[in-house]
Amino acid sequence: MHNTNVKNNLALAGKALLYIILNLVILGAYFYAPLAKGLKEYTRVLYFHVPSAWITVLAFLIAAVLSGMYLRTRTMLWDAYAAAANQLGILFCLITTVTGAMWAKASWGAYWNWDPRQTSIFILLLIYAAYFALRSAVENEQDRARLSAVYALLAFITVPFFIFVVPRIYESLHPDPLINSDAKVKMNSQMLQVFLTSLGVFTALFLYMLNMKMRLIRLDEKIMENEEEYE
Amino acid sequence: MLLETQHISKRYNRKSILKDISFTARPGHAVALTGFNGSGKTTLIKILTHIIRPDEGGVRYHLSGTILRTEEVKQHIGLVGPYLQLYQELTAFENLQFAARLRQVPHAEKRIGELAEEVGLSAHLNKRVHAFSSGMQQRLKYLFAILSKPEFLFIDEPRSNLDSAGVAWVYHLLEKYKQDRVVVFATNDEQDLTYADEVVAVAK
Amino acid sequence: MPMRWWPLLNEIWVLFRKDLLQELRSKAALNAIFLFALVTLTAVSYSIGSFNVAPDMLAALLWIVIVFSGLSAFAHIFLKEEEAQTADTLKLIARPTTIFLAKWAFNVLLLTLMLLFTVPLFIGAFNFTVYHPGLLILTLLLGDIGLATAGTIIAVLIARAARRGALFSVLSFPVLLPVMIIAISATKIAFRADPTDLFISEITAMLSFDIVLLTASLLLFEFIWND
Repeated sequence: MHNTNVKNNLALAGKALLYIILNLVILGAYFYAPLAKGLKEYTRVLYFHVPSAWITVLAFLIAAVLSGMYLRTRTMLWDAYAAAANQLGILFCLITTVTGAMWAKASWGAYWNWDPRQTSIFILLLIYAAYFALRSAVENEQDRARLSAVYALLAFITVPFFIFVVPRIYESLHPDPLINSDAKVKMNSQMLQVFLTSLGVFTALFLYMLNMKMRLIRLDEKIMENEEEYE
Repeated sequence: MLLETQHISKRYNRKSILKDISFTARPGHAVALTGFNGSGKTTLIKILTHIIRPDEGGVRYHLSGTILRTEEVKQHIGLVGPYLQLYQELTAFENLQFAARLRQVPHAEKRIGELAEEVGLSAHLNKRVHAFSSGMQQRLKYLFAILSKPEFLFIDEPRSNLDSAGVAWVYHLLEKYKQDRVVVFATNDEQDLTYADEVVAVAK
Repeated sequence: MPMRWWPLLNEIWVLFRKDLLQELRSKAALNAIFLFALVTLTAVSYSIGSFNVAPDMLAALLWIVIVFSGLSAFAHIFLKEEEAQTADTLKLIARPTTIFLAKWAFNVLLLTLMLLFTVPLFIGAFNFTVYHPGLLILTLLLGDIGLATAGTIIAVLIARAARRGALFSVLSFPVLLPVMIIAISATKIAFRADPTDLFISEITAMLSFDIVLLTASLLLFEFIWND
């Protein structure tokens, strides 16, 4: 009894902390981080755009690992987890795409012009969509789990290609604050503080959301089992 | 030589199809599976032949003192079933040759000739399967399955589409195979059941 | 039991020969791919008309014709087994690896035949000079393998799905796209009179993608094929 109380309090504190830091990041992005020389106000989008791009890829990686786990163990739970990770992935992918398009409008003058980075994120969106299209096309649970797990893994091997190879082949106008070729950080320390905090808190937010989804899945499973027992 | 199944269960979208089925088949002890249509006989046969995997339980093939590994099993089984079609665009001979080559049957042409003679298909070997009547196709399916003299023979609905001569031939085959091989068949026919030494009722 | 090469190759050949024989008698895939290639080529050529098209544009057009024609035929290879209910027959008598490789070889052959037909026609229709034919052939070859690999593995995924519809294009597009992107970029170089220093990096990227995709497909095929 005492133990669960401590656990609950810790969880509550964690949620509160997440909430506070998220707000601090928003405030920091607008009022704390200075603008670097020659940069305009709209570059502040990077504090939200880059972390969500990172989460998009992270969700994808996690979904691929979970899919692999399903194929190894054939336990339906892993499949449900993988689908959950992909659902969150598609959400962050949309955020990345939209914030990117907004920035492109301000900076390049058009929402969309098939810059290699835009192409990459668009393809990721397509892969996510294809994953769910496949899921809805298969009726049998086990077949669905198996086929979509394979597709998640297959699609995943194209991801590094879109992130690293395509922008190398085609010249991109996209600024690269993280994966730039000369490996130099172009941000001053205050910018970096906000940026890294944002990256961290986005990751924490994602893991929190994923954990919540996974708990829901487990509860669903429990309810189903109980219903079966009644029958 | 032994086929052992332990506690096989299978669900389809949470609906239970097979529940806790166990039996053992060995030479001289043929097993028949019975049950209503849709009771899961076909699913069970597919599980036995490793076409689909069970949710729980397992199937073990014992052959000359060892347990066969999943990828080895296929080399030793023959299966006749309505869901197992032959290639319609190919001739009867080409279909059999295809199986013979994959199973590395020695003296394949001679064996194909003999078997075709036995079931009265000799004159039709060079015809394409889509020109075959359903009875001829069924007989061809038998040849396809027993071409490599498998140690384990599975038959789903032994007499489907066969005339009385065909049925007589199948009974003769069952009689012969069950002496020194493992035979499992699914049927609801009273006469078929007389060839079984054990009857397993498949029910949900 | 260690895998020996000879029985493996023999098995692939027997399976491949079966598909070839079936195809020669039904001509289903051949008809699909050639008619589709012809229709796309005509549509593209007609709508461009007598405009003077830049080599960069031509490279993109060529690959659009190739990819769409390929898409029309690839799905067939496993669907026909599923529809004729021969998939289980095949499962019982052959190993998954050899089945995949035989089907893959068949798709490579099909696409190669289509390329032999389409590419000369394309060059004739748009009446332009290929400055580096050797590079073009190498690009076509690697693109051919990449497309056939993606097409084969997606084809088996689709064959196992209940509601197929437009699923094949939706699923294969993201996997095909890397091949298409580099192939277009490499073809541009082959079509231009400029020096070809950049070609080597493109071809390396394409080759490595082909290898990664083929290896992954071989590893994953068994999970789709066996229940």
